[in-house]
Order: sequence, then structure tokens, then C-alpha cells
Amino acid sequence: MATDLLERYEDDLFLVKGGAGWSVLAVLLLALATFPFTLPRVGLSYLLFIIILMAANVTVAVGLNLLVGYTGLISLGHAGFVAIGAYASGLLMSRLGLPWPVAWVGAAAISAAFGFLVGLPALRLTGPYLTVATLGFGIAVYQVLTNWTELSGGRMGLPVAQLSLGVGGLSRDQQLYYVAVGTAVLLSWIGYNLARSHIGRAFVAIRDSDIAAEVTGVNLTWYKTLSFAISAAYAGIAGAMIAQALRHLEPQAFTFLESITYFAMIVIGGLGTISGAIIGAALLTMLPHYLSGFRQWLPIIYGGVIMLMMAIEPTGLYGRWLRIKRYFKVWPL
Amino acid sequence: MTRLLQYVVGGLTTGSLYALVALGIALLYRSSRVLNFAHGDLATFATFIALTLLARALPFGVAVGASLATAAAMGAGFYFFVLRPAKEGTLLGRIVITLGLALLLSGVMQLVWGNETQRFPFPLSDVPVLQFSGVVVSQISLGTIVASVTLMALLYVLVQRTRVGLAMRAVAQNAAAAQALGIPARRIYALTWGLASALGGAAGVLLAPAVYLDPFMMLDPFLKGFAGAVLGGMDSLPGAVLGGFLLGVAETIFAGFVSFKFKTTLAFGIIILVLLVRPEGLLGREYHRRV
Repeated sequence: MATDLLERYEDDLFLVKGGAGWSVLAVLLLALATFPFTLPRVGLSYLLFIIILMAANVTVAVGLNLLVGYTGLISLGHAGFVAIGAYASGLLMSRLGLPWPVAWVGAAAISAAFGFLVGLPALRLTGPYLTVATLGFGIAVYQVLTNWTELSGGRMGLPVAQLSLGVGGLSRDQQLYYVAVGTAVLLSWIGYNLARSHIGRAFVAIRDSDIAAEVTGVNLTWYKTLSFAISAAYAGIAGAMIAQALRHLEPQAFTFLESITYFAMIVIGGLGTISGAIIGAALLTMLPHYLSGFRQWLPIIYGGVIMLMMAIEPTGLYGRWLRIKRYFKVWPL
Repeated sequence: MTRLLQYVVGGLTTGSLYALVALGIALLYRSSRVLNFAHGDLATFATFIALTLLARALPFGVAVGASLATAAAMGAGFYFFVLRPAKEGTLLGRIVITLGLALLLSGVMQLVWGNETQRFPFPLSDVPVLQFSGVVVSQISLGTIVASVTLMALLYVLVQRTRVGLAMRAVAQNAAAAQALGIPARRIYALTWGLASALGGAAGVLLAPAVYLDPFMMLDPFLKGFAGAVLGGMDSLPGAVLGGFLLGVAETIFAGFVSFKFKTTLAFGIIILVLLVRPEGLLGREYHRRV
């Protein structure tokens, strides 16, 4: 096929290639837009709840992949950023009475500020040091939330005011569904574009060799902290979605296990690709709900799959899919 | 003054455990630049094996010996069957693999032994105490210090005075050159993994009687051991021991005189301070990276 060969620079600029790509995208978006009406009525709100969670996890995973997969900085504390976003949005809406879009942007900004702060030591900490520091950050956020009761409502939890689109004829679930899925799609699109812009290329250069990147003129201070801030902002917005979906916040929703789950999503889906993050997040959100009888097996499955994935398929499920596609495209070869 | 000395004794006891953990971390880090995130979970796993064997009424020495051997076999096996054949050769990839192992092991432990805390039977107890002019030393803390210092001395002899130790040092310095000289680098790596895991297991068995045993018992000592290794210098074995002891003493004094609640924060504060002031650690040598 002629479209497989890139002949001009412009060919490389298209995000979606060929008729097949466009039709898959169109079907996907159409399906997402009509789900609240086409899915079976029975248990609809539960299905919508899972898809809203999926949208939140996709958002976290895309942000985390920008940090880990693209920039090569491991974070094991992303549940901390999600928690900051969740509580920030909840408090901004209930204490200050802000409308939800302002509260969400505020949650992203506050989370990004924390991301910037965590990113500062990342300038000096590399590899394992940084991993342990982010792990400590995630645990610290959890401990602060459990102990600082005026902020988090303590044991009683923090009730979250529900958002409203002001559109008649839609239930609350359906309104939140459109907001969450729309935001996730928008942020994924931004992620795709970020990854192939000069910023994304700078991230990849830092991942492959930060000294070489610095020599060629990449400002390490700026791009490393930027990567952390962007990633944290994604997590913050996802936190705001989770706050809306749960309606009631408790620190237990943001433990170390969540951080590990986010990490497992991008490893299983594919490090260093936005599509991989989306696939991994969707898969790991659905699985626990359909395997609820095997809940205690989940850490074993996650751990085993992470090891297996890195050992035999470091590019993740998305990388495997690309390879299968290429195999059939060039088939008799 | 007596109070301070008392805290120092307590700090040396915890410090000896941190030092054992730090030694295992540094042993692996200096040979392969991999931080083993499964170090703590391997240690807890070994402790659970010892607990199970003790429940079968086996003598203490046999049970502990068997559990340390299991830890060593698991560490070496992990290197041989997972880490070495792994396609992803980058450092990031290898760290992620050890994370996967940590998750897997903690899952298996929760499944097999449950989440409840369990008492670990130990031949020494903390009731008989020795008194030195007002400073109280319990039997168990003396035993812990003696056992860990013995292990450290044994490791020192192995690394500095034997041919295997020479090979280990050679591989740590330059694996390719060592291989060219006929040193079986992969077997030496496997041995290093086994040794490090067994040291972690020993720390787990020594810690278990002081705290109760549960699948997450070693998470905190692992982080502290890492902080100790950073403090002493990640690629220096004496540094790891020194860092572990220093951190243990500093932490106990801090908890006693300043704040008990924030003693865990101290470890992270120390990591950041050390990396700002002296990134190579107290006894580490300055390390230059090449592109």
C-alpha cells in the first residue's frame, strides 16, 4: 500500500492515517457518544460508572506515560497526585463554592504545582533514587490526608458536590459520563500532539540519554520539571473525575496499590506510546470488575504480567499489535 | 546522658538491621546498577518460610538455615531465569522487572499466609536484660547486633579474602573485562543475587521477633536500608554498613528527643540532603557517567 511509505515530511504529520484509521476512530467516538442510550437499561448506571472510572484511569495513564515512557522518570507515587486533584476539586467546590469547570482547572493547577515541586529533586535524583523519592511522596500524601482531618474530613470522608451541565433530559450519571469521557478524549488528543511536538521529542531525548540531550541544547531543568508538572496535571484532572464518580472521598481510595496499578497499566499497554496507555488503562479498569471473585489474586497477576511483559514484550500490548499488523501488511515476506 | 546512651543502644539494634538490608542493596547496586525493589519482599518471604518450618517443630537453626537458602535460591533463580534473559536491556526495564517481582511476592504472601500479623517464635526474648550503669540492653537486641555483625564479618572475608570475592569485585568493576579474563560473570551475578537475598532474609528473621510478621513487614526497613545505603555510598559495602548504623542511631535519637511521628520523614530528608551535598555518599567514590 502506498500509504505505508512516508514519501514527504507531511506524511509524518498526520495523526490518523488512511481511511481505515479514520473509520476506526469515527466508530470509537460514535460508540462512546451513544453509550448512555444504546447500552442495556439494566445496570446502566454501573456500566456508566465503570466507563467513567476508565476515562479517569486513561487520563492518569496518558499523563504517567508522558513521564515514565517518554521522559524515562519513574514515578511510583502517582496516586498522590490523583488524591491531590480529587481533594482539591472537592474542596474548591464545597468550601469556595466554585463552579465545576473552575474547580477542575484549579485541581489540575494545584496538582501540577506539586508535580513541579516533586520534579525539582528529579534534577539531581536519577534512576532508583527518584523512584524511591516518588514512592515516599505517594505515601506521604496518604499519611497527610489520613491525619489532617480538617482537610480530608477524617474518618467521615469528604462529600463531593455533584456537577451539572444544565442540560435537561440527562441523568446525573449521563452528564458526568459525557464530561469525563469528553475530557479524557480531549486530554488523550493533547497527549498525542504533545508526544510528537518538540516537547515530546525533548522528553524522548532525555529518556535515551540526558547528557547527550543537554549537549544538543535540551534544557534539562525546564523539560524534566515540565514533564512532572504535565503528568501531575493529568493526574489532578483524573482525580477530579474520580471525586465526582465516588461522590465521597476517603484517603483509602489513593493507596500505594493504586500507584502500582497505574504503573502496571502503562507497562502492560506499552511504555512510550499514548495508545498503549489507553489500552492498558481500559484493560486494567475492566478486569477487576469482571474478576471480582479473584480479588486477592490481582497483585499476583499484575506482578507476574509486569515481569512477563518486560521480559518478552517491552513495548507492551500496543507494540505487539503493531508487530502483528506489520506482519500481515508485508505478508509474503 | 543515660537516656542518650539508651537511645544509642536502641539505635544500634535497629541500625544493624538497616545495615544488613543496605548491604544487600549495595551489593547488587554496585555490581549491576539495579536497585532491587523486591529485596524487602524476598526477605519477608524467607521469614515466612522460617515461620512455617518452625511451626512444623523443626529446630530454630535448621528452619532459619533453610529459609535463608530458599531466599538465596530465589534471588539467584530470579537473576538467571527472569532478569538475564529479559529482552528489555535498559536500566529502567530491569528496575520495572524487580518491581513486578515485588508485587508478585507480596501477592503470594497475602494469599498463602494472610494479612493478619503473626508472632514469630525466637529463642531469645527481650525480658532478661543486662545493665551497664543504668543502660539496659535486652538479650534480643544484643543477639541481633552480634548476629548481624557476624554476618557482615563473614561477607567481608568472602569479598576481600577469597577468589570468589575477587571475581565479584572484578565483575562489579567491569563485567566485560572480567568476562574476557575468563571469569564466569553470569554465575558471579547469580551468586551476588543469592547472597544479597540471603542477607535480606537474615534481616527479616532478626526483625520479625521485634515487630509482628505480616506481608508488608519489610517495606519500612527496605526504605530505611536504601536511605542508609545512599548515606554511606551506594557502591561501597563498608559505606552501606556505616550508613545503616548511622541512620538507625540518628533515627532513634530523633524519635526520642524531637518527634516520634516524623522519624520516617527523617530518612527521606537525609537522602535528599546527602544527594545535595555529597551525591556519592560518605564512603563512595565519585562516579562519572559517560554518554
